[in-house]
Amino acid sequence: MSDTENRRPETGAFFQRDRDWHPPAFAPGYKTSVLRSPRKALLSLDNTISEITGPVFGHSILGELDNDLIHNFAKPGESAIGERIIVHGRVLDERGRPVAGALLEFWQANAGGRYRHKKESYLAALDPNFGGCGRTITDENGSYVFRTIRPGAYPWPNGVNDWRPAHIHFSVFGHGFAQRLITQMYFEGDPMIWKCPIVGTIADARAIEQLIAPLDWANTIPMDARAYKFDIVLRGRRSTFFENRPEGN
Amino acid sequence: MVQNLGYLKETPSQTAGPYVHIGLTPNFGGISGVYERDLGSSMVNEKTLGERITVTGRVIDGAGAPLRDALIEIWQADAAGLYNSPSEMRGAADPNFTGWGRCPTSAEDGTFVFETVKPGRIPFKDGRLMAPHITFWIVARGINIGLQTRLYFPDEAAANAEDPLLQRIEHRHRAETLVAGGRAPNYHFDIHLQGEKETVFLDI
Ligand SMILES: [Fe+2]
Repeated sequence: MSDTENRRPETGAFFQRDRDWHPPAFAPGYKTSVLRSPRKALLSLDNTISEITGPVFGHSILGELDNDLIHNFAKPGESAIGERIIVHGRVLDERGRPVAGALLEFWQANAGGRYRHKKESYLAALDPNFGGCGRTITDENGSYVFRTIRPGAYPWPNGVNDWRPAHIHFSVFGHGFAQRLITQMYFEGDPMIWKCPIVGTIADARAIEQLIAPLDWANTIPMDARAYKFDIVLRGRRSTFFENRPEGN
Repeated sequence: MVQNLGYLKETPSQTAGPYVHIGLTPNFGGISGVYERDLGSSMVNEKTLGERITVTGRVIDGAGAPLRDALIEIWQADAAGLYNSPSEMRGAADPNFTGWGRCPTSAEDGTFVFETVKPGRIPFKDGRLMAPHITFWIVARGINIGLQTRLYFPDEAAANAEDPLLQRIEHRHRAETLVAGGRAPNYHFDIHLQGEKETVFLDI
């Protein structure tokens, strides 16, 4: 919370979500969505205080290695196997303003495409030095960074031969609970992105492109790790024009 | 041509997938030693003000089966009706109450459990009071964008009757999907994704 203490808190309602930009609940190409999708119309309502507010997390929750997936599960002196990468970017709102103090949590498969999870049955090997989870909090400019290995692609039961492109899952908190978002980051140049039924739940190709992180050659660390840049946009707040102004602003 | 508003598009959602526990509740998922404890696993401490309650429930799919791989988050006001958030302008919330909880549904029977306090009432935009409620957010494999809904309390009939959100629901039986069962201090809230009893979900 220390990063945001000196800022005037924002109290406006959030922009309405563009539901055509997001995937619909019912997307039969992704079979599990068939029985897990609400079919009735959503009840639309402007935000109340319950959505405008949200939990904020302080740096005190973070451990030293939380944003280093290469080492946060590894035995001392060892490291995870795979292509070393840096993932960094900014969390912005729809008005282009940085979202400071945003908690990001991420998880992924290892370099062979295997998750460390009891329900995972893919025959690829586990890496004893890779757990697959990390987290960080954005700084004053909305910037974040973490280090990991590039995850592998993996097959999954949907169609007979469906594979997930390499991806990293992201969970994002903004300042209001209405901004809560879970998404996935894909990697520039991966031809499997366009074959994936989960990616394909999103109708608009421009929206899909918003999930593809470009290789950031300028920030690549020579002889160490390549960088990918992934910016995340959360719902923006309306200005509180002519609305309640508790601080007289 | 006109000026460009310059707004960005929100990052599109993608499903949390079957391995959401790795990222959000790793200790629950069997990955220990990375985080001391799972975030959101405790909302209260011994000094928290207000009436202690327990909310249990399940998320039920269109075939009537509970989801055993879902993750639920809740967000609520403290006993006085204040949120523990920098955007709360009406006063300081109880410092011993986070207001936010996270719970995976059980791999055995799909239940979730939150130990919390009963929230106070909060004003709607026009100053009318909303009935006490808890915001629910549900993600899982097969859910493409987090589902948001609210729990209201069965022992608040008068407040529920004047609640602006409940009043917006056209069909009475649909409004009842947002009212928990049970009674103080043990409430039960089943969320139905589809069918006759489909829960009212919010675009809010
Ligand atoms: Fe995945």
